[in-house]
Amino acid sequence: MAGTTTPKPPETNRAGLQKKDYAGSKSTLCIGCGHDLITARVIDACYDLSIKPEELVKLSGIGCSSKTPAYFISRSFSFNSVHGRMPSIATGTALANRKLHMIGVSGDGDTANIGMGQFVHLMRRNLDLTYIIENNGVYGLTKGQFSATADKGSKLKHGAVNPFHAIDLCALAVELGCGFVARLFAGNTKMMRQVVQAAMAYEGLAVLDIISPCVTFNNHAGSTKSFPFAKDNEFALQDIGFVPTYDPHYEDMKEGEERVVKLGDGSKITIKALDRDHDPSNRIAALNLLAEYHESGKIPTGIIYLNEKEPRFVDQINMCDTPLSHLKQDVLRPSKAALDEIMDSLS
Amino acid sequence: MGSAGVSNTETKTIVNDLVLHVATANGSGSQTSNMVLLRALFGMGIPVSGKNLFPSNIQGLPTWFTIRANGNGWIARKQDADIVVCMNSETSDEDIETAREGAVLIYEESLNLADKRPDCVHYSIPFKKMIADVCPDMRLRKLVINMLYVGVCAQLFGLDMDEIRKALGVQLAGKQKAIDINQPALEHAYKWAEENLKKIDPFRVERMNENEGKIIIEGNAAAALGLLFGGVSVMTWYPITPSSSLCEYLEEYLNKYRMKDGKKTFAVVQAEDEISAVGMLAGAGWAGARAFTSTSGPGISLMNEIIGLAYFAEIPFVICNVARTGPSTGLPTRTMQGDVLSLFYASHGDTKHVVVIPSTPKEAFEMAGEALNLAEELQTPVFILSDLDLGMNYWTSERFEYPTDPIRHGKILDKAALEKLGGKWGRYEDVDGDGIPYRTIPGTDHPKAAYFTRGTGHTPQATYSEKPEHWKSNMDRLTRKFETAKTMVPKPEIIEEGHAAGILYFGTTQEAIREALATLDKKHALKLDQCRLRAFPFTQEVEDFLNKHERVYVVELNRDGQMRMALDAELPRFSSKLRGIHHYDGMPLTANFVVESIINKEEDI
Repeated sequence: MAGTTTPKPPETNRAGLQKKDYAGSKSTLCIGCGHDLITARVIDACYDLSIKPEELVKLSGIGCSSKTPAYFISRSFSFNSVHGRMPSIATGTALANRKLHMIGVSGDGDTANIGMGQFVHLMRRNLDLTYIIENNGVYGLTKGQFSATADKGSKLKHGAVNPFHAIDLCALAVELGCGFVARLFAGNTKMMRQVVQAAMAYEGLAVLDIISPCVTFNNHAGSTKSFPFAKDNEFALQDIGFVPTYDPHYEDMKEGEERVVKLGDGSKITIKALDRDHDPSNRIAALNLLAEYHESGKIPTGIIYLNEKEPRFVDQINMCDTPLSHLKQDVLRPSKAALDEIMDSLS
Repeated sequence: MGSAGVSNTETKTIVNDLVLHVATANGSGSQTSNMVLLRALFGMGIPVSGKNLFPSNIQGLPTWFTIRANGNGWIARKQDADIVVCMNSETSDEDIETAREGAVLIYEESLNLADKRPDCVHYSIPFKKMIADVCPDMRLRKLVINMLYVGVCAQLFGLDMDEIRKALGVQLAGKQKAIDINQPALEHAYKWAEENLKKIDPFRVERMNENEGKIIIEGNAAAALGLLFGGVSVMTWYPITPSSSLCEYLEEYLNKYRMKDGKKTFAVVQAEDEISAVGMLAGAGWAGARAFTSTSGPGISLMNEIIGLAYFAEIPFVICNVARTGPSTGLPTRTMQGDVLSLFYASHGDTKHVVVIPSTPKEAFEMAGEALNLAEELQTPVFILSDLDLGMNYWTSERFEYPTDPIRHGKILDKAALEKLGGKWGRYEDVDGDGIPYRTIPGTDHPKAAYFTRGTGHTPQATYSEKPEHWKSNMDRLTRKFETAKTMVPKPEIIEEGHAAGILYFGTTQEAIREALATLDKKHALKLDQCRLRAFPFTQEVEDFLNKHERVYVVELNRDGQMRMALDAELPRFSSKLRGIHHYDGMPLTANFVVESIINKEEDI
């Protein structure tokens, strides 16, 4: 019938939600900030994975990066905590409710400086958390001091040169047994979108060290964390795909020309090596790769290390399946007979 | 061999009134021997306490254990010992100086103490020779030798050997091999004393019936039980003396009583430091668990930033501070009431915290469970202020009563409640006028359940704000909440008969103060009314007590009078009435110190 059109129903994901249901508040970061690019990919990933916002918690420490949870998925609980301590807050959250999806957003100062102690112990415990480091090599909120990830010899806006070695958070993560370690560049949105999804589907701790330039304090010549430097020096290791179980091509994804890694939830990560055939299941190779590129000044991006078999924290400590926050008095308080037994043993 | 020294057989027998001081080297197994003596006295129905004075060391340094048995129920620490057992050659010269005039000295014969302290009764015992006879294994002799003084003491002072044997069985329960090694030594020493020692001292114990239905327990175990039955679900911790045993007890109890289908209905995490331990509590409390950690002063110092976050973001959890002597590393194995102010006002900015203060194991049990309820109801960190004396020493106590009150979680909006409200609510809105807002728990299945938790300024709707009016009204609401807390925390224990002077105290000084008040009454005809604080904020009863009395002695175990300062700060109009009595050498309070301090101050009036 001419003249009539059926309005196109809004696009929804498998949770029946539209993209706008994943929206956050308006970003108050500087225009052009790398962090906003990451925020957009996190929204994409959560939408694509059909994660119910109510089942997601967002956690952060202090700094520009740590403000970003306000800018995505306002329907999710969020905890903007104190500087460098997000890992412990996340750990406690998982103890109270192991069913929650958790995403933690941190920065280079929040992780590699003040938060180093908690960061390394987080990896020991293999908490089920996607840990994003928005790495720009400087403190933004306090106006541009070096952080511990700033490369030796890199320059501040006003000319000061960093005399100290950088801490390579990816190398540290691999060394400490983290099972999902990726280095990304905020400017490479295609790779980010796939890897953020894969990290969120991964059961265990996923560390994403994302070069996310600070357009205000660290985007000048002489900086090794600027947009121009990262664009020129990014070396994409892989073409990465994320294939959930319901994907029509799921069954076709088989090991062959590309590596296919099946995660605990059934979804698959496809990793097609580009110019360099890096085996991300090889920890030693991963460490060598990072060391080599560190020497050359290039930024290798992709999945550096992947081990899908590490037991998760909540399983290592043999916690029950019911979230502890759901337990009622009948479970929380042992019987009178138990107290009597203890009292008898003490009398 | 045998008894020597002064002969004073004509001295009147002293029944059920002794302070027994045992000096050994730590790591030598003497704890078992001392506990056997303590349990045997307890089994004989005599009021008794045991205080362990130990070094910050694992093996080899001097350690002392003091048992006080007293038929009148005075079981506080007493300065001078009636009986000193010297097993440590390194310290014996000093150890015998702790004996009062006319006391009993029991020592290894090779120690050459015979010429010293001629005022005392000496029993020189060939412990080393004896142990060679009863313990063929050379390696074990160093440990088992301590069982010999148990046998000698039992014989000399009339401890019931059946109680001694029973106590050994309890102390070494499940370790038959250890019992088989220790028991012969014990029996041998008893028999040896019977045959070789002539009793020339006045001390004797006799059976009483004061411990019917009672238990022996350390405060740390008591608090752990309180948390277990209070429904704790997450415990994080970082080891620190004197708090560690609380966490170890709790983990042991949880492993035994909170398993379901082979899985844990709780979580225990040993954190990498105290900052992480309290961070985990903040996450767990926020996400709906009943979360707990225990620490001591240095840990509280480290936790300060997150304590402030939890106060301001209104997150429930419980921290027990088993206080030790500070500042700094201080005396890690000695006691102090030195963290009063650092708990009451922990963290930067305007903060005030709810603190419960147990005096006894029974209160530690009750208050620990209640602290979990208060934390959830008030949505704030709640502290238990304990100390080394309560936590790590052995106390007789009434049996603990099973809690019959339901576990309380406070104001939580679940899915149904949110639906009823049409999703309209504000995390920091004071709906009820009591300063306590409503909260939702992460994971609540409602599109309006979520809110943004932050340590930055916020509106009643939990959105970010730097506006002066938002900041101030939120701080005022937190003050209202603290006022509400006054009506919920444990009230002080007040004993008053209208006297002009009062005494105000808290925690483990109770036993010494009870004894001191009896002495002041009997020997100095001075009577005081008592107020034993059991919580911060100070309740109306505390204000009334201060109001009613001309002068109030505030007794505490710290140099600066921290509780007095808090009273000054919170109830300034009574400042001029407060007189501080401060004991701060790391040791528990004695009645004598209180009596002397008060008499001196009364003379100044």
